[in-house]
Amino acid sequence: MVGPPQTSFGQARRGSRLLGSGRGAVAVSTASTIVVLGALAALFLLAPGSAVVRHTFFNPTDMWKSLIGDPRQGYYSVGEALWLNIRMFLAAEVLILIFALLLAVIRQSDSPVMFPLRLVSTIYVDVFRGVPLILVIFAIGFGVPALNLPFVSSQSAAVYGVAALVLSYSAYVSEVYRAGLNSVHQSQVAAARSLGLSHTSALRHVILPQAVRNIIPPLLNDFISLQKDTALVGILGAIEANKAAEIFSDTVFNYSSYVVAAILFLILTIPLARFTDHLIARDRRRRLAGGIT
Amino acid sequence: MTHTPADPDAVRIEGLRKSFGTNLVLDGIDLSVASHEVICLIGASGSGKSTLLRCINLLEPIEAGRILLWGQDVTQPGIDQNRVRRSVGIVFQAFNLFPHMTVLRNVTLAPVKALGAPRRDAEQEARALLDRFGLLGKQADYPDRLSGGQQQRVAIVRALAMRPRLMLLDEVTSALDPELVAEVLDVIRELAGSGMTMLIATHEMGFARDIANRVCFLAGGRIVEQGPPAELFTRPQDERTRRFLRRITDAGRL
Repeated sequence: MVGPPQTSFGQARRGSRLLGSGRGAVAVSTASTIVVLGALAALFLLAPGSAVVRHTFFNPTDMWKSLIGDPRQGYYSVGEALWLNIRMFLAAEVLILIFALLLAVIRQSDSPVMFPLRLVSTIYVDVFRGVPLILVIFAIGFGVPALNLPFVSSQSAAVYGVAALVLSYSAYVSEVYRAGLNSVHQSQVAAARSLGLSHTSALRHVILPQAVRNIIPPLLNDFISLQKDTALVGILGAIEANKAAEIFSDTVFNYSSYVVAAILFLILTIPLARFTDHLIARDRRRRLAGGIT
Repeated sequence: MTHTPADPDAVRIEGLRKSFGTNLVLDGIDLSVASHEVICLIGASGSGKSTLLRCINLLEPIEAGRILLWGQDVTQPGIDQNRVRRSVGIVFQAFNLFPHMTVLRNVTLAPVKALGAPRRDAEQEARALLDRFGLLGKQADYPDRLSGGQQQRVAIVRALAMRPRLMLLDEVTSALDPELVAEVLDVIRELAGSGMTMLIATHEMGFARDIANRVCFLAGGRIVEQGPPAELFTRPQDERTRRFLRRITDAGRL
């Protein structure tokens, strides 16, 4: 491509973004990490209530017991319950990707015939981005069963939870899609249409593939958030990790189960977060490489 | 679109008007192009050359007048625009290749998806075209890896893969480094030699003089003057044409 020469800003940085770069950088960041963590640990250990907190939140025996679970004692395994979070997340993710794309494409259409749909889709996004997710979960989880409809009203709490997550997250993700569609230059549309491709073909083969590449990082960001928010479905009584932790603490009167749940969620989300960083870095490298010919 | 017995003009434009907001860009254009004719459109930036080409390819809706291609009015309501565009190729100043596809996929996309050609046939034909323009070795590359001249040649091949009966070239060398202009102009010369009907908006006056059967000078959204290049470049009648050509000569472009 013809473009201005790359400035120093555009040059690829060496070394880790997390640690910084340069000779003393690693030493400095290591030292400052030790100082900060040490200060926090000291604060925690020297606090007047430290022993109590350690016992109620970080008790190894209770952590292990809650992780494994014991139905005879009246509590579930937090680890096993996490499997429900994972399944809800995967089901919701697929549905969100489809539904949100539909919303975005409707909002991006410019045909007058589509006006009523466009209006509906705009109102939808406004409403579901505005209403707190927890209220949507309540409304679906308690409202739909109360309607006493055949089939629809007799689903499990997890199904209503997934439905609520899809309704709420699709509104956000459709806006991400829309940003992606807008990021593809109009000249690409002109080129595709000038070759005789229909509007749909141009969208499918030329615009969408480029749009999706541009929005993978923000999309993954939303999905990290979705992974955690599956914990909210516990309020409907579904035994997911957070609910299992709650049952444990209610039974044994120890909060260590919540820490177990938190650690399990971290194990789920951190790899996805690093993967997002990796994709952002790769995209940046590729664009810079593309700019120099 | 079929040939009628009278074999009408490839392009016939009558009273074409187009504006963007309050800015009147085309103000009553009348122009006929016979089959196999090569017409160069010259004029200052903003004189309406690009808009005229985009109107012919139905990329811009028009406000008044009509455009006939081989006798058929393509600006009447209810016309199948996709069908019209399939027989009219356009090449843009900025190449507009699809960056997420290899060269070969760029060329075969429209034949496969718009004409329903079997992929294998489309690829065979695409390779033959790429070979003809010395690009066969680049078929597996992505556009970002090519030079500007190569990208523009691929864009021309992409348009040709639809077997158009008319090619519209919109300042196709304006975004190129000077040393890359020649390779693209050579391709256009070959096309003209093969009898392709072409409308070319260009700032390359020397090239226009070589290749055009007729040169049209546009100013203020109108065709101010037109004629064979030998006449228009050496004995321009209109004052505006003279002024434009003098500026071009002073800039060393003629």
